[in-house]
Amino acid sequence: MNFDPRLTNRSFSAVGTRPIRPDGIDKVTGRARYGADFNMAGQLVGRVLRSPHAHAVIRGIDTSKAEALPGVKAVITAADLPDLTGGDSALYDILDNCMARRKALYDGHAVAAVAAIDARTARQALKLISVDYEVLPHVTDVDEAFRHGAPLIDDAIFTEGLVEKPVKPSNVVKRTQFGHGDVHKGFGEADFIVERSFRTEQTHQGYIEPHACVASVSADGMAELWVCTQGPFVYRQHCAQLLGMEASKLRVTSSEIGGGFGGKTHVWAEPVALALSRKAGRPVKLVMTRDEVFRASGPTSATSIDVRIGARKDGTITAAEATLRYSCGPYAGGWAEVGAMTAFACYRLDNVRTVGFEVLVNRPKTAAYRAPSAPMAAFAVESSIDELAGKVGMDAVDFRIKNAAQEGTRASYGPVYGPIGIGPTLEAVKNHPHMQAPLKKNQGRGMACGFWFNFGGQTCVDLNIGMDGSVSLAVGTVDVGGSRASLSLVAAEELGIDYGQVKAIVADTSSLGYNDMTDGSRGTFSSSMATISAARNAILILRERAAQMWDIPADDVVWEKGHALARGEKYGNLSPLSLKEIAAQSGTTGGPIAGHSELVADGAGVSFATHICDIEVDPETGATRVLRYTVVQDAGKAVHPTYVEGQYQGGAAQGIGWALNEEYIYGKDGRLQNAGFLDYRIPVCSDLPMIDTQILEIPNPNHPYGVRGVGETSIVPPLAAIANAVSNAVGVRMTHIPMSPPRILAALEAGAGKHDA
Amino acid sequence: MVAVTLWGSLAAVAGGKDKLDIEAKDIRELFRKLAEQYPAIEPFIDRGIAVAIDGTIYRDTWSKKLPEGAEIFLLPRLAGG
Amino acid sequence: MAGIAVSTTINGDAVEYLCQPDETLLDVLRDRLGLTGAKEGCGTGDCGACSVIVDDRLVCSCLVLGAEAEGRRVETIEGMAHGDTLHPLQQKFLEHAALQCGICTPGFLIAAKDLLAKNPDPTEEEIRFGLAGNLCRCTGYDKIVRAVQDAASVMRG
Repeated sequence: MNFDPRLTNRSFSAVGTRPIRPDGIDKVTGRARYGADFNMAGQLVGRVLRSPHAHAVIRGIDTSKAEALPGVKAVITAADLPDLTGGDSALYDILDNCMARRKALYDGHAVAAVAAIDARTARQALKLISVDYEVLPHVTDVDEAFRHGAPLIDDAIFTEGLVEKPVKPSNVVKRTQFGHGDVHKGFGEADFIVERSFRTEQTHQGYIEPHACVASVSADGMAELWVCTQGPFVYRQHCAQLLGMEASKLRVTSSEIGGGFGGKTHVWAEPVALALSRKAGRPVKLVMTRDEVFRASGPTSATSIDVRIGARKDGTITAAEATLRYSCGPYAGGWAEVGAMTAFACYRLDNVRTVGFEVLVNRPKTAAYRAPSAPMAAFAVESSIDELAGKVGMDAVDFRIKNAAQEGTRASYGPVYGPIGIGPTLEAVKNHPHMQAPLKKNQGRGMACGFWFNFGGQTCVDLNIGMDGSVSLAVGTVDVGGSRASLSLVAAEELGIDYGQVKAIVADTSSLGYNDMTDGSRGTFSSSMATISAARNAILILRERAAQMWDIPADDVVWEKGHALARGEKYGNLSPLSLKEIAAQSGTTGGPIAGHSELVADGAGVSFATHICDIEVDPETGATRVLRYTVVQDAGKAVHPTYVEGQYQGGAAQGIGWALNEEYIYGKDGRLQNAGFLDYRIPVCSDLPMIDTQILEIPNPNHPYGVRGVGETSIVPPLAAIANAVSNAVGVRMTHIPMSPPRILAALEAGAGKHDA
Repeated sequence: MVAVTLWGSLAAVAGGKDKLDIEAKDIRELFRKLAEQYPAIEPFIDRGIAVAIDGTIYRDTWSKKLPEGAEIFLLPRLAGG
Repeated sequence: MAGIAVSTTINGDAVEYLCQPDETLLDVLRDRLGLTGAKEGCGTGDCGACSVIVDDRLVCSCLVLGAEAEGRRVETIEGMAHGDTLHPLQQKFLEHAALQCGICTPGFLIAAKDLLAKNPDPTEEEIRFGLAGNLCRCTGYDKIVRAVQDAASVMRG
């Protein structure tokens, strides 16, 4: 990449403004097309048969009666999806999750699928498929699965990362470790030590749009997939590999997406839809019901975390350690590892050690949920930090300021930090009016910090300038929250034209080179970098064209405020040429004018946030009310400040739901009991107050405009901020998320671990 | 010559050493030399290793030069949500 | 199976269709009439993404049978704007960025329209409780409430 990504711009005309998004009108009029809003001629309805058992061997599947039902055009099982993964175990797990091959590993695991002429026939066909299950003992709890003697989910798993190689299989996939220094020595130097265990229950990303796609495989092996996804190129790769197609033969178009938050970053039912379409010879529309979304698509991990932190009288933390057990569903993942990396990332520590354990359970395959694994670790650590501050006798914010990581600190996960924003967010919180607002009886205030990585990744952008001067910007990162507006602002800024002249679209996989998915807070960060690069390439051409039109050397032409200028006194009589004017002549100066960029956007940096929350607890019922909430987070440079605020508020709201209400509830039979929005209760409008936001802008030195990723970090502090608030309100340390009314009442009654006010 | 620190689990397959001195001019050469010296590291490289150079994390830029005297840290290649 | 013939009015237009007895109004709107603005988020009346107004009553169209629309007046998101003039609620949702992914937006607009028709000057609390039947996972509701407050003020003149 010959593009220099370093920070250069510090003053802006378009970036930082708040225009209306280009896809807005379609979304407020119902015209925007999401995954389930698309239809193809002759399409069939696809439905999936799912295991009612948490753990069972599939001895056989008889699909003959279903196949014989009039109107049924295809029935498939794992037999129709041969293993083409070539030894890639991660891809094999995705394949097995899409359609069980040997065992049903969770309540809701797909075992067969049908494509029929209408929904009623498809439903009837499912009832006619008979599956011979041999039910096995199951385990759904992360701590139970961790213990010796728990039912084994995969007898080929021997724990990786142990000093002594294990001889017996286990549900613990691997042990990972991070840290530096000598924690034993560090604890020896502490005057105060806090040691606690915490648990967080499993939650779902809760996107309102269920997974939906229309798949069409033609007899010549060409295929099309319309799907709601955060990563059309990733979906193309997975589907092509699993179906034995060349990626170039599969064209994936992403619909508008109705929420993803990490849950739409890998395939769940799309290979099944393609396989049905291939077998039936017709397009197949496959939409998950809400029940299926909960039972069979990506929840986050349930966790069990032990934390120990020690500090001297003067408030300096001398040692910190954590053991983190994360559930990954029935397939290996890297969730505990990430939790172990982020747990103490906010702090400057000489002695720190974190150990993560990845634990298999008979629950759906864990998927990423907005800053995956970080919120739970932050809950455990920030709760303990609060308690330790209390023991030392310091204010919660001051204690954190004293121990906060800075430029030059060795992160608890290894590398040394460059310029980072945690100090500024803490200072901003310390001085925020929210901290001074009075509290009444049964009300408590809590604050907490959060950390998350931001990623870059492979990114392509095409910028085409029409003869009428309008600029068409084709990007490959799916727009989850307004990035088309932000990227249009960036293009307008770089070219020096009006926002209204730029039209951004999300291209399909046949129209652009490979793009990594919209995750890791990378959508605006990386696509803006590629947009700037593409715009600069287009400007080179615009200057050459102007030079042609003037018949002067291109080196004498500069680009300023959307115009070509001839630089030099001898050109005094040449008036500037606007982009429009140059574009109008493009047909005779060399053809269409465009700028392209294919790059790897790296160096996104890390992101910090601090939240403040006021909660009121009803001591008779344990019910809670969120009174006030403030998010302070560093955005580097807010391209479209309203959308940055939106990300802060959205992450906070998800964190509030997670902290107070949301959890997967399993029965003794291993079946999910609350697979719907009635009993899996996400926050509604009346649960929340206005969510105040403060955007700090500490420019990222590795982006031309200083942009940092913003999408994920705001879900990291809420669990802890709210737990600290509730703990302060009730005078009891809360250690189990969600803090639903029964748990708060139980804690009040037990009066366990009263902490110093 | 660069000093490379490996995270705990990676150190375990590099003969228990968490600090190595490697002669490498860029990330690609670093991975190649590591795999040569410690074949057990190869599956980790395939699964994905991120490289932090003076605190900035690089996931895919294998041509990134390793400046003399820079702090190089190897981490699991993460993804977000 | 023989369908039930239904005659109804949708967004002011006379509409006729055949539907199965167990088909919901949501299914009819989306699959038979091509009106995909109403969304299925849950199918059980818990998320409000399928909100429509039937005879001036806010309902979840996933809980109404297609056959029940007989002789009634149905209003969907597609009828909210007048030609190319957006309804003030639609305009304010855009101005306040009261949508991120937008999947819940049609449902919210219909619910907000119904709320303001019955209570043109609601307090913040009345707005929050009035819209509590619509789930949004992206915004945290802050900008939605502000958009409704602003639209209400415009509509009061």
